[in-house]
Amino acid sequence: MIKAESVSKKYGAHLALDNLSFQVERGEICGFLGPNGAGKTSMMRILTGFMPPTSGRASVAGFDTRKNPLEVKRNIGYLPESTPLYPDMRVAEYLDFVAELKGARGRDARIKEVAGAMEITGITHRQRSLIKTLSKGLKQRVGLAQALIGDPQALVLDEPTIGLDPRQIVEIRSLIKDLAGKRTVILSSHILPEIQMICSRVLIINNGRLVASDTLTGLSGGMGRKISVRLAGDMKRAQQTLADSDGASGVELRKSSETAALFDIFLLPEADPAQWRQWLIKTAGEKGWDIMDLISSAAIPLEETYIRLISRDDDRAGEREISATAEDASPAAESPGQNTGGDADGYSGGASHNGE
Amino acid sequence: MRTISILAKRELRAYFYSPIAYAVIFMFLFIAGYFFFAAMDRYTYASFEMSRMAQVAGPQQLTIAQFVVTPLFGNMSVVMLLMTPLVAMRLFSEEKKAGSIELLFTWPATDFQIALGKYLAGLAVMVVMLAATAPFIGFLWLHTAPPWGSLLCGYLGLGLQAAAFLALGLFVSTLTENQIISATISFGALLIFWIGGWTVAGKTDMFSQIVAYLSIMEHFNNLARGILDSRDVIYFLSFTIFFLFLTLRSLEAEKIGG
Repeated sequence: MIKAESVSKKYGAHLALDNLSFQVERGEICGFLGPNGAGKTSMMRILTGFMPPTSGRASVAGFDTRKNPLEVKRNIGYLPESTPLYPDMRVAEYLDFVAELKGARGRDARIKEVAGAMEITGITHRQRSLIKTLSKGLKQRVGLAQALIGDPQALVLDEPTIGLDPRQIVEIRSLIKDLAGKRTVILSSHILPEIQMICSRVLIINNGRLVASDTLTGLSGGMGRKISVRLAGDMKRAQQTLADSDGASGVELRKSSETAALFDIFLLPEADPAQWRQWLIKTAGEKGWDIMDLISSAAIPLEETYIRLISRDDDRAGEREISATAEDASPAAESPGQNTGGDADGYSGGASHNGE
Repeated sequence: MRTISILAKRELRAYFYSPIAYAVIFMFLFIAGYFFFAAMDRYTYASFEMSRMAQVAGPQQLTIAQFVVTPLFGNMSVVMLLMTPLVAMRLFSEEKKAGSIELLFTWPATDFQIALGKYLAGLAVMVVMLAATAPFIGFLWLHTAPPWGSLLCGYLGLGLQAAAFLALGLFVSTLTENQIISATISFGALLIFWIGGWTVAGKTDMFSQIVAYLSIMEHFNNLARGILDSRDVIYFLSFTIFFLFLTLRSLEAEKIGG
């Protein structure tokens, strides 16, 4: 339904999107997740035909955004981040204009279309109001109604809940869920629980590159599991021992006091948590640690998965730069980043783990 | 065509939601009305003087066209020079500032349809403004024999000039999101075209002739005098088309550059 093939976008010297490829199937609700400035909005602007990619191609419902922009625009409903409506128009008048522009023929067809969109988004009672007098939440609804007009197959929503109060956020989220059904929805957000609640699949974007593309469970599962443990004993060495253990991909010190410390141990996806626990208990006995708490939490929560994916990608970007400059300076010399050069491409499918 | 008219209709409504259209039209009519009054007054005084002098110097040429119509159109064109940038400034600048341009360009319409819709809406405001000077003609018709040919020619000149000025203003409004900057640049550019002829008056070298040809006033004065020359009409039409073309290029360039 929506497809991007090695899409890149440059603003002057700044590379906003770097060879991004993905596909969203009909009926999916797909979340774009990434830090601010990661390229989410740029990608959406390319998908909606607002601007062409610098290289690569994007298509919606089989139409190329560059060759058939009008067809793409007919098949897509877009809600930009700032919800830019015309403040001096009345709600129904504005929607009527959009319906006419999107090709609703005849007055009756238009009235029906507008009434339908207002009904779904729950703004019928404010149809006579000037848009500028509406609250942010109601404006957001008008923006959604505008996107729905013309019954597009795909909806692209750029941070649809930004700036809303908690009740409005809940309302808009459930509205988006209801809208999905037969439509394909792409929505961007940096609010993780939101993505978790609405989306069936997540694309994580960082620095214009695709870092991961998977279902929520796949993403968490792919990251392995996390075990929290509170130990008392020689804490200085404990962290190193834990990190060196078989199956651990990382250890974080969450809290420490003079006598005890709380560690989070991230296991590799292929590691068996039960086995690792046994190893821990055995080692604790050998080293004289006192296990005060052992919490075998299920999957790593999405927040941590996300942060780990993003920071790992940032690390790699740093390594790339180091290796690039090192190679520039002395091609023959052994550069520190050489062995990581192969990881340069953002991988898709959170399951592939390079065990760094 | 349908899409253009839908866009133009909304744009025209937007002019009348805000006080811009009312303010511009009111000021234009106020100033034009004063010039009309002044020209009529001068004409009355002159014809009274002439009738006294005629006994001594013999009958003199004293026409409405020469004394009222030509100066009135000349003055109206200057007021138009001041007002058109104010009509054109919001066309793209306002949407850029508000961000609504992002939605506009993702609705099913081409750049050409969007630009032309906006342009025609602005032109409609200018036409309304010119049409509102009809009482002047009514007054002439009631009290004298109006020189229809000169009047028609003069209005054609004002109409063509409005089209040309607005096209330039439309182009400038694609360049900035600040309406004041948009109006200032259009006004400056129009003024350069307007007074370009002054600097080269009387010179005959190639450069001076080109500058003279490009000068708006040169072409408008012919029409205001009631002389209909295809060269002047072509000048205004090519001016208009050139800036509409630049508008489209500017919209495209912005998308590519982001």
